[in-house]
Amino acid sequence: MKYITAIIQPHRLDKVREALGALGVHGMTASDVYGYGRQKGHTEVYRGAEYEINYVPKTKIEIAVADAQAEAVIEAVTEAARSGKIGDGKIFVVDLAAALRIRTGETGSDAL
Amino acid sequence: MIDSGNTAWILTSTALVLLMTLPGLALFYAGLVQAKNLLSVLMHCITIAALVSVAWVVCGYSLAFEAGNALIGGLGRVLLLGMERDSVFAGTALPESVFVMFQMTFAIITPALIVGAFVERIRFAAVMAFTLLWLLVVYVPVTHWVWGGGWLAQLGVMDYAGGIVVHVTAGVSALVIAAMLGARDGFPTHVRPPHAPWMVMVGASLLWVGWFGFNAGSALGAGADAGMAMLATHLAAAVASLTWLVIEKLRFGKPSLVGFVTGTIAGLATVTPASGFVGPLGGILLGLAGGTLCFLAVDLIKHRWRIDDSLDVLAVHGVGGATGTLLVAFLAVLPGGTGVNAQGGMASQFLVQLAGVAAVAAWSALATFVIVKAIAMTIGLRVSKEAEIEGLDFTAHGEKAYNP
Repeated sequence: MKYITAIIQPHRLDKVREALGALGVHGMTASDVYGYGRQKGHTEVYRGAEYEINYVPKTKIEIAVADAQAEAVIEAVTEAARSGKIGDGKIFVVDLAAALRIRTGETGSDAL
Repeated sequence: MIDSGNTAWILTSTALVLLMTLPGLALFYAGLVQAKNLLSVLMHCITIAALVSVAWVVCGYSLAFEAGNALIGGLGRVLLLGMERDSVFAGTALPESVFVMFQMTFAIITPALIVGAFVERIRFAAVMAFTLLWLLVVYVPVTHWVWGGGWLAQLGVMDYAGGIVVHVTAGVSALVIAAMLGARDGFPTHVRPPHAPWMVMVGASLLWVGWFGFNAGSALGAGADAGMAMLATHLAAAVASLTWLVIEKLRFGKPSLVGFVTGTIAGLATVTPASGFVGPLGGILLGLAGGTLCFLAVDLIKHRWRIDDSLDVLAVHGVGGATGTLLVAFLAVLPGGTGVNAQGGMASQFLVQLAGVAAVAAWSALATFVIVKAIAMTIGLRVSKEAEIEGLDFTAHGEKAYNP
């Protein structure tokens, strides 16, 4: 199994969800994060004082998939999240050692 | 003779002015600090309200408004003894109880303004001690000097609703305590932005509306004076806000909400001493002056002098109040004539106003210095570095502003 983490533009979340649904992936975790890459941040001004905000808000999604599906999922997320501009984000993939469905106790790919 | 119309208005004004502190000022300041210190700011404002209320009744009111000498009032109304249910406050058609309450709300908001200077790093015990001592040593005497028949009143100083009594005292004292306390961690290069600019606007809006009680209520009656004071007050607020908006647009390319409402407060502070003496044009001019000068003052104190008067109390209240007080000499229109001070004209009134501002500024600074020194040497002024980093809400009050 693979554990796929994608940092994407927050407004792309719905499109990514639809793309995953079309592939039969019916679960993911999303969280609000902030970070920076080539997008450095921006300056805000309050009462004449400049504040360097060196972080950009992003959405992180995490998906557990079977090995066979991994490539298709990565492609689907990439397609859905890409706008072509700096700030589109990144995808990271790690090997997933185990997975378990809490309600039923199913393990492995049955849990995904 | 008690007049029910006048009394009704001043009862209402009292409520409006208390609303300015609770929650107007509290929200205005809370939105400007980091989320981890939100509750501490609200706590400062509301505990100051409670503490001052008691102190005012115990001896503050008496020492401010009872006949005494040129420097301080008498003890004739300690614990409000001698005040009957139907006592009338001399020179008005109000029950004395109403006058006591109305003035109490001014006594509450003035030390509450100083909160802006010491947010995010002061010890709570120091806030309580400072407020009590400052009220008795600065606010009460100055009130007596200007409004209680003391030496500045005898000199002819004109301060309709507190340009000197409220804004100069608080503003100057704020600068002193800010300088003695030391800056917030990370000032000036790594200060965090306001955590809730929307909250600042909500607070400022309550202050704007409440200020009608502050200025129009200072007419101590429901009539033409109150009406004109309200009109001038409102125009100053609007014009100062627009002035700040234009300056920001020119300087930064974008007019901001926090800036706009700061302009509002600057205009309101500036018109306060003049509100009952001027007409609508005076209100507009005071708004222009306040908006411009306070903007420059924020820049000067924060960015050139690098003093962490965190929420710009001196720049907005001190500079605004002083400016308005000085401009009274030129903008006041007394009934029956043009110009001011029939005895001496604008120039001599200006000198009188200047003397008032200078004397009060000097006393505020000196007294604050001594009070802060005393507190620093006894109970301690500032929280530890760790507490400052973790935030006052949890370390001082055991609470978090937002729980999921």
